[in-house]
Amino acid sequence: MSLWEYANPVKFLGLSARLQPYLWAAAGLCVTVGLVWGFFWTPDDFRQGSTVKIIYLHVPAALMAINAWFMMLVTSLIWLVRRHHVSALAAKAAAPVGITMTLIALVTGAIWGQPMWGTWWAWDPRLTSFLILFLFYLGYIALWEAIDDPDTAADLTSVLCLVGSVFAVLSRYAVNFWNQGLHQGTSVPVATGGRTVADVFWYPLLISMVGFGLLFLALVLYRTGTEIRLRRSRALLARSRGDA
Amino acid sequence: MPELGKYATEVLAAYGASLTLLAGLVLLTLRKGRRARAELARIEARKDA
Repeated sequence: MSLWEYANPVKFLGLSARLQPYLWAAAGLCVTVGLVWGFFWTPDDFRQGSTVKIIYLHVPAALMAINAWFMMLVTSLIWLVRRHHVSALAAKAAAPVGITMTLIALVTGAIWGQPMWGTWWAWDPRLTSFLILFLFYLGYIALWEAIDDPDTAADLTSVLCLVGSVFAVLSRYAVNFWNQGLHQGTSVPVATGGRTVADVFWYPLLISMVGFGLLFLALVLYRTGTEIRLRRSRALLARSRGDA
Repeated sequence: MPELGKYATEVLAAYGASLTLLAGLVLLTLRKGRRARAELARIEARKDA
């Protein structure tokens, strides 16, 4: 069995239908447990007070905002190289999820920043690269909607995705590139493993991050199925017009 | 309800905005999916007729 078998829309929809009930249930459970635990049963931070509870939304949303773009990058590359329609449609399906995650990260960051930094916004490297990532998501979605021919739309959006990946990388590593700005460095460095978050905050945060990841997967699988059906509807309509 | 102190407005606003956005995303996703399924079923039924 090869992974490329799932480039076949029928096989993809079959696998997706089997996986989705588990993904939705696990996502709902993890997001609920992570947020309820974090909101109700974690203490205030000695410096940030109760605003530390925003971490359970802000960090998972920011993580998924960047990861969604990377997923779109991979599926866009697959489209450009192997011309699998499911791959292009998966990228299209992920964009609204990614932009929502980006918006949540920006909004919660601003709300968190105001009492801690004394400002809603600063032209800090990480904040600015995140705002540009948000604009790339907007442009990506608008480009898909603006072009009638789906293959041309997939080609152009794939190229836009490649360009936008620079800002997705910057969003993640800006604090390492430029040692300046208000935003702190990552508290959960995956590469080095040097976590600076205390266990009492870390466990609900970890569950929330897993929950957001599972929710992303469930949403993207569902939305990809929707895009496949819409594409088939358009193809059938076009064929029936051609026959008439 | 936990004691949120002087930052209650900020914390509640962050949770309110985020949960609203997430719920909106899920609802719109499900609605679009249902419509796409119904449209495809209608077109396929017409084709088979």
